[in-house]
Order: sequence, then structure tokens, then C-alpha cells
Amino acid sequence: MDIQSLIFILSIAIQSSTAVLLATVGEIFTEKSGVLNLGVEGMMLMGALSGFAATYYSHNLFLGVLAAMVVGGMLALIHGFFTITLRANQVVCGLALAILGMGLSSFLGRSIIGRVAERVVPLPVCFLEEIPVFGPVLFNQSPFVYFSYLLVPSAWFFLYYSRPGLSLRAVGENPVAADTAGIPVIKIRYLWTMFGGMLAGLGGAYLSLAYTPGWKENMTSGQGWIAIAMVIFALWNPLRAIFGALLFGGVNALQFYFEARQFSLIPSYILRMLPYLFTIAILVVITRWETVRKRTGAPASLGLPFQREDHS
Amino acid sequence: MRFVVERRLDPSRTASWTGVVLSVFLALFMGGIVFLAAGANPLKAYWVMASGAFGNFYNLSEVLVKTIPLIFCGLSVAISAKILLWNIGGEGQLAAGGIGSAAVALFLSPHLPSAFVLPTMIVMGFLAGGLWASIPGLLKAKMGVNEILTSLMLNYVAIYWLEHLYFGPWRDPIGMGFPGTAMFPESAWLPRFPQTRVHLGLAFCVLAALILQWIFTRTRWGYEIRVIGENPRAARLAGMNITRYILGVMLVSGGLAGLAGMAEVSGIHYRLQQGLTVGYGYVGIIVAWLSRLHPVGILFVAFFLAGLLVGGDQLQAVMHLPSSVGLVLEGTLLFFILGSDFLSRYRLKLEPKMQVPNSNETNPKSNDRITVI
Repeated sequence: MDIQSLIFILSIAIQSSTAVLLATVGEIFTEKSGVLNLGVEGMMLMGALSGFAATYYSHNLFLGVLAAMVVGGMLALIHGFFTITLRANQVVCGLALAILGMGLSSFLGRSIIGRVAERVVPLPVCFLEEIPVFGPVLFNQSPFVYFSYLLVPSAWFFLYYSRPGLSLRAVGENPVAADTAGIPVIKIRYLWTMFGGMLAGLGGAYLSLAYTPGWKENMTSGQGWIAIAMVIFALWNPLRAIFGALLFGGVNALQFYFEARQFSLIPSYILRMLPYLFTIAILVVITRWETVRKRTGAPASLGLPFQREDHS
Repeated sequence: MRFVVERRLDPSRTASWTGVVLSVFLALFMGGIVFLAAGANPLKAYWVMASGAFGNFYNLSEVLVKTIPLIFCGLSVAISAKILLWNIGGEGQLAAGGIGSAAVALFLSPHLPSAFVLPTMIVMGFLAGGLWASIPGLLKAKMGVNEILTSLMLNYVAIYWLEHLYFGPWRDPIGMGFPGTAMFPESAWLPRFPQTRVHLGLAFCVLAALILQWIFTRTRWGYEIRVIGENPRAARLAGMNITRYILGVMLVSGGLAGLAGMAEVSGIHYRLQQGLTVGYGYVGIIVAWLSRLHPVGILFVAFFLAGLLVGGDQLQAVMHLPSSVGLVLEGTLLFFILGSDFLSRYRLKLEPKMQVPNSNETNPKSNDRITVI
């Protein structure tokens, strides 16, 4: 393998990991506040559709990205209303959101399948882009990718080293104690559930505006679910989420590379299964590791509704 | 004045039924907004859907055709949910069941007496789906790996495998490039009711629902499944081998979804081809939860949701609106039904603002009311 192929593979690995990374970081915040939202796939699909549709009709990429984040946040708000206020089962509500997002995006998007709109093009960063190997891999990417470079460390810092981050974690670990300490549990859960939805929507917009421009039914092909798996792999830590997303992106990039090279040792249908099989493998490994090390990053109150009567 | 939420000690039945009716109306209302957004007249759209699904004999029979896989998939989700497992891999298990039974029809049927072909297909469909579901089952039981994600990931794997088979090695050699296997011999066809596409699978899925109901209410195994689902700690302390129950339940759960695949290939398509995996596995989740995991309830809910699907197809044919509106209505309905449980578990009350709610009240009259907010 020559240096050009290496750059090609690494560059694609980063590109195909970005949507998952954005959604994973969003879901980490949602889950850290104690809300399990399994509807990431639906929110990403609606984000991809609304981002593309808004750009198509307004010819403005900023509006597209904004629309995707608003729609993602609104869908998460629905999930929040049913699970936080009405205290419905979070797993089933999340599944309902995923199914609703699939159906709604396929219904509303039928008329713009195959249309072409503006797209977000790679934006080389001057000077940095000229560093050998790392330059073209890291700094000749779309602005979405640069945003994720900024997002991940700030998310990590916010969660572990800031007061609001501490409140957020407290609400997810022990809402009763947080409530006693005067932290507004319900408000915080709503806020971070919506934040998670906005990032999932942004991840979707990245797919439809930059990665594979255009709208296609079910174009996320399970990346929302993979993001939820990556939350577990990351042990709810945004920094570790990078590794999960990059591994996923790497598997995708190898698949591209093999297909481009007509590499026939591994048949193409197996290559297409790889990201999913790989996600299962990663879940097995991390669950094993957790059992051996007897630690997990899962918030103690994940999935449980909060109500004051529980401690009165 | 302010709103106060009170918990009811006994869930109210009246409120529960009010909630169901309210949910249906709210879902239809939200669907109406979606129709308006798509530039269609909601009343006309609903009329087209209703008459398209239940308007005449043939359309009604088409609803029954779609009811069959929905019942199987709903039962599949219900039995796993009873033991607190989330099997959302119904779609992949359906595909696996289709592959398993197609293998019998394509390669084994010449060597079998024709009376044995269908029973062998049923067994193979069940086993293929069940074994596919045993992968997440085994990972969950032995290592505690999250079964929601593993079962869902396997959907994609199974569907790619299915496509590979009918595009590749199993493609009909004399099919002129048609993406599908050769047609099954007639001995592998499930008999149909005259003038319809409704096939014998209908009887099987009703039977399966009744058997499951009997298992849940009358057998030791069903009782133990419910105990584990409702109180895993108690079950473990009582010395139950939970691993074995998880494996058994996942085998049956996947087997039921596999039967849906078997019924589709052997009752409708007569071959493996595109259009086998159209989302029945996902709708099965909705079927199971709308009927509150009750096997007999699943029969009726599946019929109703199949009506929505067929109505959606008619909408596409008549008004050129995408048929996925069926899925939209079903997802919305599930949301509202889940939310409506709130009505049966809590009650809303207006109270004067100044009164400080005292949760430690010992007044015997208010023992069944606990002030929440």
C-alpha cells in the first residue's frame, strides 16, 4: 500500500465517522442526564431530510444546517415530553421515535429524491493542510468535521470540569439527591435531551449536505443505532467516542478501498455487513471489559423517570 | 390555582380506555397535519384509506394478507418483552426464516415426499429465525451484551445476506437476470382461500397466538417467564436458571418472526425476491405494545395496523401520496398510547395555589392519593 492509498483510507475514515461521532456525543449528553433516547436513527433521518430540503428550497446552507438541528431538537422534545413529563417507558418511546422518523422522512421526502442542491465542500485550512500525510487527512475536510474537532474536547471539558456539567451528571446519577440540592432536574433533562436531538439532526445534515449529498430513503442506514452502540463503547465519555467513531469510519473506509480496488478476496456483500458485525464485536468486547474491570460509565438512573413522590 | 398530579393506587380502567380512544383521535389529527403539509385534503385522504382497506371484499382480504406477518412479528416481540428482553431484530429473523424455508423449497423438495415439504419448511423457517435470534440471546445471557443493539445490527446483516442469495448464488438460472430465485414447486405453496391471496398462514398465526396465551396463563414455563420479567432478583433468588430462560425465549421469539418470513415466501411470493423485508419486523414492535403484550389482543391490533398499511398503499395508488403514511400513523399512535398510560396511572387536579401539598398526610381518606408536584 502506497502513501496515497493510506491518505485516501484515513481521509475517508474521518469522513465516514463524523455523522456517528456527532450523534454519539449528543446521545452521551442525553444519557448522562438520565434519559435514554433510542430514536437517534429517526432524528438523524429527519435531520438529513430537513437539512437537504431547507437547502434545496432556500439555497442557503446555513438555513439547511439550522433546520436540521431545529427538527432534531423538536423530535427529541417530543421524546422528552412523553418520557420526562408523562413518564412513559423510555425504551418503547425511543423505538416509536425511530419508527416515526423513518416513516415521516420517507413520506415527506418522496418528492425531492434525486434532486441536487448546494453542498458543503471540503475547506482546506491554510498552512495546516500542507503538513505531510496529516495535513490532507485532517485539514482538508468539510466544516462539519472541523466542528466535531472542536465539539469533542469541549464536550468532555464541559461534562467533567464545569458546574453545569456536574449538575447534568448529578441529574443522571441521582436525581433525588440533585433535586434536594436545588438542581432543576426536569429542566436539565429536557435541555440535554433536546441538545442530543440537535446533534443527531446535525449528523443527519452532514450526511445529506456533505458526505453523500442528496436525499435518499433510509440514507443513514443504521448509523443512528451505531451511535447508540458507540455511546456504550465510549463508556459515556466524549473523548473515547472518537476512537469508536474512527474505528467505525475505518471499517467503512476499508470497504471503499477494497471496492475501488476490485479486491475480490472478500465478497462485496460481506464488506457491506462489516460495519454492523464490527459494531456487535465492539459491544461484546466492551461488555466483557466492563465485567472484568467491574466498572461502567452508565449513569445510575439511566432510563428511570424522576418523580418527587419517590422520596417523600 | 395550579395543577397537581396525583398517583392512582389502582390504575383506572375507564381512564385507560378513554386514553386509547383519545390516542387514536390524536394520532389521526397529527396525521391530518402531515397530509396538509403534503398538500392533500386530510378528510379525502382518510376516506381513501378507509375505503381502500375495508371498502370491498378483495381489499379486506388484502388486509388479512398483511395481518399474518404482523401477528407473527407482534407475538415475537411480545414473548421477548415478557421476560424483559427487547428483541427488535424481527426484520432480520423474518429474512432468516424466509431463507431457511426457501432452502427447503429450492433444494430439498425434490428429495421429499410432497406431503412433507410444507411441514419441513415450517420447521426450517422457525429454526432459522430462532437461531438468528439466538445470537443476541446468547450474547445477552452469557455476557450481558445489550440485545437491543445486537438484534438490530443483525437485521442489516440478514438483509444483505438475503440480497446476496437472490442476486447471486440462488438466482434463477433461467430467470433472464430477474433478481430472485426460481419459483418454488407447487408442493411448497401454502394453500390459499379462493379468489384471494389469503393463505393458510392465517390459521397458523391465530393458532400461535392462542398457544402463546395458553403458555402465558396456564403453564409453568410461561409463569416463570413472567416472574423473571417482573422481578429478576426474586427469580434468581428462587434458583431459576435465567440464562436458559433467555435462550429459550429468544429461540421462540425469533422462531415466530421466522414463521412470518416462511409464510410470506411460501404463501405470497413463492420465491425469494425483493419485497420480503418491508418493515413487518418494526411494525411488530408497535403491534405488541399497542396490545400491551396480550397475545389475543395482538390478533386485533395486527388487523387494524394491517388496515393502515393497506390504506397507505391505496393512498399511493389513488392520490399518489407515499404509502409510508401508514408507518407515520402507527408510530404516532404508539407515542400517544404510551403517553395515555399517564391518564390511567395519574390524575390531574386543580388546587388552590397557597395550599402547600403535604405528602406525609395521614388522613385515611387521602391514603390513596399522594401529591406529586
